[in-house]
Amino acid sequence: MLPLSSFVELGTGAELGLALLLGVGFGFCLERAGFGSARKLTAVFYLYDMAVVKVMFTAIVTTMAGLFLLAAAGWMDLSELYIEPTSYAAQILGGLIFGAGFIVGGYCPGTSVAAAATGRKDAMVFLLGMLAGVMAYAEFTPGLETWIKAGSQGELTLPTLTGIGMGWWVVVFVAILAFAAWGMGRLEQRFAGLRPRQ
Amino acid sequence: MSHSLTGRRLAGSAATAGRPVARPYWNPYAVGFALGLVLLLTYVVTGRGLGATAAFSALAAWLAGAVSPAHVQDNLVHARYWNDGAPLLSWTLFLLIGASLGAFVSGWQGKRFSWSVERGPNVSDNTRLLLAFAGGFIAAFGAKIAKGCTSGQALTGGSMLNVGSLVFMGTVFASAYALAWFVRKEWL
Repeated sequence: MLPLSSFVELGTGAELGLALLLGVGFGFCLERAGFGSARKLTAVFYLYDMAVVKVMFTAIVTTMAGLFLLAAAGWMDLSELYIEPTSYAAQILGGLIFGAGFIVGGYCPGTSVAAAATGRKDAMVFLLGMLAGVMAYAEFTPGLETWIKAGSQGELTLPTLTGIGMGWWVVVFVAILAFAAWGMGRLEQRFAGLRPRQ
Repeated sequence: MSHSLTGRRLAGSAATAGRPVARPYWNPYAVGFALGLVLLLTYVVTGRGLGATAAFSALAAWLAGAVSPAHVQDNLVHARYWNDGAPLLSWTLFLLIGASLGAFVSGWQGKRFSWSVERGPNVSDNTRLLLAFAGGFIAAFGAKIAKGCTSGQALTGGSMLNVGSLVFMGTVFASAYALAWFVRKEWL
């Protein structure tokens, strides 16, 4: 049963080769979506171009539905998939800080790579800033690691938290996406005046 | 090719900061579907999703290790990315190397490659670069605390309905929307 990693032991070379290949698809999609551009990315926060939410939400729903269908068909064992433990305090604090970095820096980590690869100098500087930020975290605040671990709620998903199965959540998320698609279209019209002229 | 003043001004102020001939992006719902398939494939093959921040942690561990390997093994954070002395053989780092290739191909094909600084018309290049560095620093620090970023938490965790990931996604957007007005000069 899938995932492949649960019954095939890959060597380091094969694993890194796969990473490279999957990365090509990842980066290609990010750039195609326009996420190699800081202005396209930050446009979502000024409501005149909601592409960031459209792409992210569609990707999440697609993967969610795919995982559910693979599991329902008996081809995939979802319990074999890695789940990052939830820590409300860490994800709220980290999210608030991350959001500030996103709107000030214009990128998130993955998209800054796509932007740097297409010549954006500000993205290259963003990458350097990230390296410095990670370094500072490791060197000056190792206590945060222990704090996050101590406050962890463990593996927690909506199905385990609510008792409502994943299939129903797929339906809910598809419905939210459909409604959001309509709402975002309205927003983009309303705030079209903020769109920069070509 | 002339890099005239008008040419440069165009590059700085155009929505995509690309050349005027840049091809349009794909439909966001179509790309989202494609991105979802890439993520699904990643799950199917590796049992884990995508990520980005870990690559920088690996680079940081490598840099710190070049100065002092003993220090790296003592450090709680670096130690996790040390990978028995081969931090650069990181799965996520290779993923991002692949991602830059993929993005380059896509950008080149779409005529969107441009040596430029992305910013609104009301800030200078230098201000923008300074803010880009600060933003990268802050985002990385936040991602370390949250145990992931837009890729590792929002996309990957979100598609597994991970509660922490959904909380993270909500706070990221709340924070960025709350601050957007204060940095509007950088973008609008």
